[in-house]
Amino acid sequence: MFRLFSLQAGGTMTEENGFSCPLPFHENAVVTLAHGGGGSLTHQLIEKIFRPAFDNPDLETEHDSAIIEVGAGKLAFTTDSYVVQPLIFPGGDIGSLAVNGTVNDLAMSGARPLYLSAGFILEEGLAMETLWSVVQSMKQSALSAGVKIITGDTKVVDKGKGDGIFINTSGIGVIEQGVAIHPSQIQSGDEILLSGDIARHGMAILSARKDSGFQNQIESDCASVAGEVLSLLDAGVRCLRDLTRGGLATALIEISGSAGVSIEINESEIPVQENVKGACEILGFDPLYVANEGRFVAFVNPKDTAQALSIMKKASADARKIGRVTEPAGKRVTLKTRAGSSRMLNMLSGEQLPRIC
Amino acid sequence: MKFVDEYRSGESVGEYCRALAEITTQPWTIMEICGGQTHSIVKHGIQEMIPPELTLLHGPGCPVCVTPMELIDHAVHIASLSNVIFCSFGDMLRVPGSEKDLFSVKAKGGDVRIVLSPMEALEIAKEFPEKEVVFFAIGFETTAPANAMAIHQARQENLKNISFLVSQVIVPPAMRTILEFPDNRVQGFLAAGHVCTIMGTQEYEPLAREFQIPIVVTGFEPLDIVQGIYMCVRQLEAGCAQVENQYSRAVKKEGNLAAQKLIEEVFQIVPQKWRGVGEIAQSGLGLKNSYSAFDASTRFLLESRRCEIDSPCISGEVLMGIKKPDECTAFGTSCTPDSPFGATMVSSEGACSAYFRYKRVAP
Repeated sequence: MFRLFSLQAGGTMTEENGFSCPLPFHENAVVTLAHGGGGSLTHQLIEKIFRPAFDNPDLETEHDSAIIEVGAGKLAFTTDSYVVQPLIFPGGDIGSLAVNGTVNDLAMSGARPLYLSAGFILEEGLAMETLWSVVQSMKQSALSAGVKIITGDTKVVDKGKGDGIFINTSGIGVIEQGVAIHPSQIQSGDEILLSGDIARHGMAILSARKDSGFQNQIESDCASVAGEVLSLLDAGVRCLRDLTRGGLATALIEISGSAGVSIEINESEIPVQENVKGACEILGFDPLYVANEGRFVAFVNPKDTAQALSIMKKASADARKIGRVTEPAGKRVTLKTRAGSSRMLNMLSGEQLPRIC
Repeated sequence: MKFVDEYRSGESVGEYCRALAEITTQPWTIMEICGGQTHSIVKHGIQEMIPPELTLLHGPGCPVCVTPMELIDHAVHIASLSNVIFCSFGDMLRVPGSEKDLFSVKAKGGDVRIVLSPMEALEIAKEFPEKEVVFFAIGFETTAPANAMAIHQARQENLKNISFLVSQVIVPPAMRTILEFPDNRVQGFLAAGHVCTIMGTQEYEPLAREFQIPIVVTGFEPLDIVQGIYMCVRQLEAGCAQVENQYSRAVKKEGNLAAQKLIEEVFQIVPQKWRGVGEIAQSGLGLKNSYSAFDASTRFLLESRRCEIDSPCISGEVLMGIKKPDECTAFGTSCTPDSPFGATMVSSEGACSAYFRYKRVAP
């Protein structure tokens, strides 16, 4: 996923110094892991480096996919790269992640996912059995999601220059006539539905690492949501967003920013499994910011809430209404806490780090 | 989740706030010691729920925040060496030294690893006998037992390739320093629950007596905190100055004796520098001579040096409860979690980070 955020003031590059663009960072600055965490540093990278370089009218998107008009129809196009350790974890592996993640990005723009590409960067010394197992998993995930993998590429890098397997998948889907899923469709008073319990993928990955010490196995929520979303399109959905890096909070903050609306959610309505909650408590993580790979939020007209929710509950009994869109002023996301207070949710700098004590 | 959900119940918190309003007749200023409590207060909006006569000041209990800058510089220096695997708690990696942080060292190829426990560093040392493994042993009394255990075990197992960069601080001397400030405003303390889980409550008795100040050992959930404030105000209104234990589900009067024994085995009390505050007598734990072979600062021949940088950062005053984060001119403008001036903006227990992250919304 390479979601571009609308450019904020200060992010524009000028050519005052001649024809070359000056590097918009301090000369000693380097890329850190936090730049890939999906928080404010990731957005800074996009706004300062990628966006100015690639700017064109079609790039002007606040979606999980770019929308291209082809003849009378519309195509959705997206790409995402997958890096994860361990490669195989409870509830999935890098292969299922690579298929489902891209399928879900297409689904979030209201598209029926059709075709994927698969690019592999393999590290010398990778067990062939691991590669086989990951590829089988991709095959299964593609079958379940109803997409075909129709092109690909393989590169091998020296031992120590990769992390076993990196995968890039790009996807194409078709958007049916009349479907317009977009943050700009959101209206004040819309209700926000969450498709299930949150924070499982991030905590599954953490607890699957050999050094975590957790004995309670947490399963990733990694899954395609394309089928569920296609049924939802008939239920008057206005906007969809899958919850990946940065979790529920970051997704809502991004939407509030691009749609120019404020959002209010209730902490007590947000389902988190007990074992996930426990792991988060131990590490000092806020589940609202932990990654998911099979969850999304839907913005619906209140009159359509019942129908949409009944469709979502078929996929997960934990689906529920978690909040609503309020007046546009402020573009802020407010959480009503269990303790009875309200606070604003802000984007984190990078990924959450385990606390000390 | 048991022992969590019931302590986050809006109904119970509301009941305690109403009871608190009934007993509060005049303004009082209370300091919570621990950064975890500060985060809970700001995150759950507790200051807004309690009577307006009550002011909460945020204390120094953030282990990352008080670790001296020169020690971060030492860590950066060691972690940059080619034969070293540098292990640290995650929170420490973003804290700025005088030039850079540990994340930058990692980005430039340094082998810096986030561990959840010092015992992991021991395992890494065994797995890579050809490498020098260094663990950044920081924290308050809460991390001291685990760090002591790792150091003790390293000696027991005769591990030659591991050492510890130690910056352990202890709470009571810092409370004394705060109370001795000429312009001290603190009238009551919420002591740090987890610290007392290890050390017990007895060492607070002399402070309560000498300074005639109530000290309530308090937990971290919203209900714990309003209960702690309630107990503290009840004492203040009655003119009492005692040590009370709100966090009795975790804290015993004598503390954890086995943990204390381990701390005594490995550490001795030393003067300790606190970042932004300066040296406080008898406020740190240093390695005993019998464990000096595991001291990273001697193994890597680190020279002590003063480092002062020109910065508008007021984190020292924030840590001592003299100022609040939003009284800083740089707060939220030039100083943010993306580009922090001080450790209080970085750590998940720092007061500035709490203020930045949990902006309040009027109900």
